Amino acid sequence: MANYSTNEFRSGLKVMLDGDPCSILDNELVKPGKGQAFSRVKLRNLKTGRQWERTFKSGESLEGADVMDRTMEYLYTDGEFWYFMEPDTFEQFQADAAAVADAHLWLKEQDRCDVTLFNGTPLVVAPPNFVELEITETDPGLKGDTATGGTKPATLSTGAVVKVPLFLSQGEVIRVDTRTGEYQSRASSKS
Amino acid sequence: MWTHGLGNTRAARRPSPERRTVPRVNWRPGSGLESLRQRAKLLARLRQFFSERGVLEVETPLLASAGITDPSIESLTVERGVSIGEQRQRFLQTSPEYAMKRLLAAYGEPIFQIAKAFRDGEAGSRHNPEFSLLEWYRPGFDHHQLIAEVGELLCYCLGERPVQKYSYRQLFLQRLQLDPFVATADELKAVAELHIDTGGLSGDRDLWLDLLMSHVLEPMLGTKEICFIYDYPASQAALSVVVRDADVFVGQRFEVYVDGMELANGYCELTDGQEQRKRFEQDNAVRRQRDQPERPVDEQLMAALAHGLPACSGVALGIDRLLMLVTGASDIRDVLSFDWTRS
Repeated sequence: MANYSTNEFRSGLKVMLDGDPCSILDNELVKPGKGQAFSRVKLRNLKTGRQWERTFKSGESLEGADVMDRTMEYLYTDGEFWYFMEPDTFEQFQADAAAVADAHLWLKEQDRCDVTLFNGTPLVVAPPNFVELEITETDPGLKGDTATGGTKPATLSTGAVVKVPLFLSQGEVIRVDTRTGEYQSRASSKS
Repeated sequence: MWTHGLGNTRAARRPSPERRTVPRVNWRPGSGLESLRQRAKLLARLRQFFSERGVLEVETPLLASAGITDPSIESLTVERGVSIGEQRQRFLQTSPEYAMKRLLAAYGEPIFQIAKAFRDGEAGSRHNPEFSLLEWYRPGFDHHQLIAEVGELLCYCLGERPVQKYSYRQLFLQRLQLDPFVATADELKAVAELHIDTGGLSGDRDLWLDLLMSHVLEPMLGTKEICFIYDYPASQAALSVVVRDADVFVGQRFEVYVDGMELANGYCELTDGQEQRKRFEQDNAVRRQRDQPERPVDEQLMAALAHGLPACSGVALGIDRLLMLVTGASDIRDVLSFDWTRS
């Protein structure tokens, strides 16, 4: 990969730092009245998600990281790996538990996910912002109770547990915001 | 130019279908009209301040035959043009300092200038590669007298504010419990690493002092006041006189900070031509070491110093940053009609 000097650091550039691929979020020139110029760089470690700031001498350079964001279709899991397919080329990728992390709670077969590839291997899997999943277990629904605002836990087909309104019952399909893990609504149609 | 009589109607102004297919170009200014008005007002005020004090406004060339040796400042160069000729280049000034010193050597009058200056590679929320400088020189002033005048000018532009003064040494001792004149590079580095992720940064004492100053101390300086820092380590004297102060040598240089932002840098000016040449040559030695282009010494400045520069103090103040304080902007791009990306 090419090397990038601090004056080429732009938001979105992917670089290698301490052996991990990182995404540059912000780069600020800091200079005392006279003397050395520095670049104060805000970074996100793409492996761990950690965000922090590091200071470089202006003109220092870092190696670029071979990182690509792709939209892929989730196929299935064999318990050890999760399999994804690039819809255009049908190329398949296997992601390990570290890459999938908590996303496994929201993966439904055939849903489109954002997969970050590092050196051709999935590094991070991001589920769609909204998914529709079936309730596999919850207390019986209280018919007609749409007004009290009470909630109860419901287990979904993926194993995720979300709080749902009291009137929902097992077998119903609901829409969930995967970023917050919150129930949004009943799904428009059963999938 | 003659146009159709209907040129002003709404129908005539509507872009033709052909024009709509032209790619969108961002031609608009980055700052609002109010910011332009504030700039005009500020410039008038600066001129008023100096006019009342009998300081003469001057102009000097933007395109100079010599650049700057300071390894931390890179000139923009101009290489083409019939007037420039082959095998030569001209340098856009990084400040009007050398030309103004030639005026001082010739006439010995107090002078000020409002000028554009250019520094390659400097762009960010407080830097633009092309920026406006206010630079002025006071024959017969030492740096403390000039500090007082800078304080008056800032109060004149920003409203009354208390003025604080710390020596560089006091500042480091008070805020970091470090003596910047005797601490070793490793001791400075250890303190820097308490505050900043410095990764694999390595360098001499001055690198760590610069890092602590710009990252740790500067943000604390001048909250609600005008804060002056004076008497820098001799290694950071730049173009200021170096004198012995008790057990150490200090450069009679000062910086001004308001609301955690550096605004101006001033010197009790070095008038010794031989010492000046030595510093320029040291700069070029550092440039060679760092693989930066060497810059020829400005021989016209050297000749003026040999003729005799009156004892004086001078200071350069960033007008765009001053305007940020006047308007409350947090980004320099908000006070520039067309910043670097739009120019």
